[in-house]
Amino acid sequence: MIGRLLTAVLLSGVLAGVLISVVHEFTTTPIILHAELYEGGGGEADHATLIWTDEVAGGQFYLVHGDEVHEDGEEAWGPQDGFERSLFTLLSNVITGVAYAALLVAAFYLRGREVDGRTGLMWGVAGFVVFALAPGMGLPPEVPGAMASEIGGRQTWWAFAAAGTAAGLWLLLLVKKLPFNVLGFVLLVLPHVVGAPQPAELGGPVPPELSAHFASASLGAGLVFWALLGWIAGLSYERFVTRASTA
Amino acid sequence: MSDNVLKASIAAQSVAERAIPVMILAMLGVFLLYGVGFAQPDVLHNAAHDGRHSFAFPCH
Repeated sequence: MIGRLLTAVLLSGVLAGVLISVVHEFTTTPIILHAELYEGGGGEADHATLIWTDEVAGGQFYLVHGDEVHEDGEEAWGPQDGFERSLFTLLSNVITGVAYAALLVAAFYLRGREVDGRTGLMWGVAGFVVFALAPGMGLPPEVPGAMASEIGGRQTWWAFAAAGTAAGLWLLLLVKKLPFNVLGFVLLVLPHVVGAPQPAELGGPVPPELSAHFASASLGAGLVFWALLGWIAGLSYERFVTRASTA
Repeated sequence: MSDNVLKASIAAQSVAERAIPVMILAMLGVFLLYGVGFAQPDVLHNAAHDGRHSFAFPCH
């Protein structure tokens, strides 16, 4: 059984990861690259350089920073801009796709019902709410250079919001017993009552217009990703798990 | 056997029988998600940088 489940996971995860890379290339990535022109903000540690550009109307100062430099002077490896960077982004998107596909197919199997392309798509929308919309309400998608609180606390809250929303939606929508529904509602709301860690001060170097555009582009691309993943995972599950397990 | 009888075989399994594959998949998903979206070593961060931002993982 695990082999059939993994077939559905790999097929849907890799496909969704590749397809969303194309979507990102035209939606979020250009905004990331634009925001990186402002990133760094003139801090001493990041070797900010002041350059003049006439490309933007009126001319503006942009702050750019060179390669990240460690305290010990060694540069951390990073992909070269251009093809190499796109290749690693594709690779990381495929891994993200497979990771989410594994969680989604685990949910299909735990539920124990038939899934096809249509119901898979609905599961996918639920995945979007769990892993993008709910965490994003407290921690909006960030452009590089955005002000934010310490990373560990944000990651913990992100996981808390995703887990609470997943368990909450399950108990609210898939269990037909009132006490469980009430518990589901509480789990759904709890992360937002607790609240995500917010930065102590606001006012990062990236213009708010760019940040706002990125947040909506990221959420929109997230919905596309989850709809694709849910649809393909539903079809794969029907083909490789439901039918195969009965043959 | 009819399709319905065949398809009932998954539903007929108890939750306990389904638990092991579910746990294996869940652990695989969490492990990969941690590596691609959460792990802090610079090399992993730099390689997955644009993907992390686009998927709105907490970054930096």
